[in-house]
Amino acid sequence: MSTPTGRIRLTPHFESNLPSRNRKASLWQVLFRLSTTIGMIVLALLLYTVVNQAFGLVAIDNKVDPASFAVDGVQIEELDQETLIAVIEENVSKGKFRQLEREQPLAERTWEEVYQVVIDDVVEPKDIVGTWPLVESLTRKEEILAEVEQEHPQATVEFTSWIDPQFVTSPQSSDVLEAGVRTALLGSLLIIAITIVVALPIGIGAAIYLEEYASDNWLNRTIQTNINNLAGVPSIIYGMLGLAIFVRMLEPLTSGAIFGLTDPTTANGRTILSAGLTLAILVLPVLIINVQEAIRAVPNSLREGSYGLGGTQWQTIWHHVLPNAMPGILTGAILSISRAIGETAPLVVIGAATYITFDPDSPFSKFTTLPIQIYQWTSRAQGEYHNIAAAAILVLLMLLLSLNATAILLRNRYSRK
Amino acid sequence: MISRTTEANPLHRRPRRGEFLIRGFLFFCGAFSILTTLGIVYELSKEALLFFRNPAVNLLEFFTGTKWQPQAGAFGVLPLVTATLITTAIAMLIALPLGLAVAIYLSEYASTKARNTLKPVLEVLAGIPTVVYGYFALTFMTPFLRSIFGRDVVDIYNMASGGLVIGILILPLITSMSEDALSAVPRALREGAYALGATKLETAVKVVVPAAISGLAAAFVVGISRAIGETMIVAIAVGAGPNFTFNPFKGAETMTGHIVRISGGDLSYDTIDYDSLFAIGLLLFVITLGLNIISQRIVRRFRETYE
Repeated sequence: MSTPTGRIRLTPHFESNLPSRNRKASLWQVLFRLSTTIGMIVLALLLYTVVNQAFGLVAIDNKVDPASFAVDGVQIEELDQETLIAVIEENVSKGKFRQLEREQPLAERTWEEVYQVVIDDVVEPKDIVGTWPLVESLTRKEEILAEVEQEHPQATVEFTSWIDPQFVTSPQSSDVLEAGVRTALLGSLLIIAITIVVALPIGIGAAIYLEEYASDNWLNRTIQTNINNLAGVPSIIYGMLGLAIFVRMLEPLTSGAIFGLTDPTTANGRTILSAGLTLAILVLPVLIINVQEAIRAVPNSLREGSYGLGGTQWQTIWHHVLPNAMPGILTGAILSISRAIGETAPLVVIGAATYITFDPDSPFSKFTTLPIQIYQWTSRAQGEYHNIAAAAILVLLMLLLSLNATAILLRNRYSRK
Repeated sequence: MISRTTEANPLHRRPRRGEFLIRGFLFFCGAFSILTTLGIVYELSKEALLFFRNPAVNLLEFFTGTKWQPQAGAFGVLPLVTATLITTAIAMLIALPLGLAVAIYLSEYASTKARNTLKPVLEVLAGIPTVVYGYFALTFMTPFLRSIFGRDVVDIYNMASGGLVIGILILPLITSMSEDALSAVPRALREGAYALGATKLETAVKVVVPAAISGLAAAFVVGISRAIGETMIVAIAVGAGPNFTFNPFKGAETMTGHIVRISGGDLSYDTIDYDSLFAIGLLLFVITLGLNIISQRIVRRFRETYE
């Protein structure tokens, strides 16, 4: 450094330093790479956990000696109806008994029907005595079989895919083997339909206003800042807003009372309509920001061309800006809508139904959705509920995947134009 | 100067009334967000005020009490706050270094091809619903922790498992915000460092990261805010009862987890339970809003420096 000689002189200190600096550099490069790999591994683990639980062996204990239910030495086929009902009440869970009564009061059924219930639910109740995840089922099959043979001699072990067409098409049930996500899937779709109908026009309108009309003044700056802030509000807060406004304050509207359409099973505002409106408010900020970005990406020359030909502001927006921003708007909209599909917390807060077996048939029905179903099944302690929760997760992920694929397809189609 | 248009001017148009209507509607759409905010603030404050007016509640006790037992009339929010802070701290402990490392890798090291494959993967991670992460925490992370530390040390419901999975959840967010900040650093700065003989690591750590520090700080703050507001993971994996403890392997209940559990049951209006949820909600709203405003301030400063 002392005299400028026209060539770079490396001080001895610099040279002695170099190998260690290079070592450090390559060490950290490995660390950075490793961190990225960890991210990938976690994603893989997540999918692995779900798939692993969604398939596997299940042991079903389905035979109980009918003689063990004999009352005072009288075999069940010779018992009268009342005693049979008592046998049912004694041997099935309370929830199951209530469900049977709801389907058709047992006392009003014929003897043959009641006897059939005894055979189906008491003698051959199909009790799950154990489930094993996929990998274990494949690698330890012999041991599992031996174990079951020893503990439950009458049980049968079979390989089950928890997710199958029957799982998607059957309603919720207290019997894990019969349970499905039909009700939840329909609930999710209806709620999202309402969300789209409400949020899309308002969201696109707000984005157009902010990008095309709003001048830089105090009010418009406030609106923009406010939208950015709302995008960061935890979703559960929106649930509380929905509970206070839609469920409670607007109950006559959301329960359908003012239309005279009240669902006999719901006398309150905890309905599909409330859920849809809550999610609409929840997705709006993100939707607006996404659409704004799409509109901002439209080159200014297009607008100026239109103005130059005498177009009014709205003509310019409608005929030039929107068609050009359409791919971006669609992508942004679908991305924010898929966020709404996965939302759970706000819907729990506004009061999703814990157990419904019938299809929702109007905006004023009680509701449950796929994520809520997953939450409820995951919260159960028994292992088999985790299996159907995993199956429901696969259904949810497939729904989201198909939505995102649609987004990409739509985008490609419009961009070709 | 152009003369004022006259009726004789063929270019003069009558103002289209529709345009005003449309403009009015669009303005309403924009202003709707203000209504949302007002609605949130009004509803939360209204119910929270009812809660604090209740003779059973003492404002000082609310912020300093270490017991939250509505049945026993004890309303100290601290157990819920500490649980929230512990899960958030664990989450940030995971997400910050990892997210920063991934962002540095993506912006400074990765080839275009690697970046084009990795970024979609992160987007996929970001798009997975949180309830799925909750399932992952309960069925994978908790058994995993229990097999490492022992079943008597780690409870079935514990803050560590929830915190770790929240960390994974916010990793994509932190990564993408940090990467944006790093990529925004002008190329000339890097080239200057290389010209002085700096290694790639030295350029990244001593030049690019300090230049992007405000963007990184914003990512950090937004990450904290997301972690505090995260609900389903803690509702599933962290526990089912307020517990004043600093042991991450014990179960506890966060503010969000408490709101979900209480409102999930049959909650009647105008009870102290109902009102207390809104008081917790208001606290949550104020905390997250504060953090978001801080991060926006930081970002604004960052923009002024580089544009």
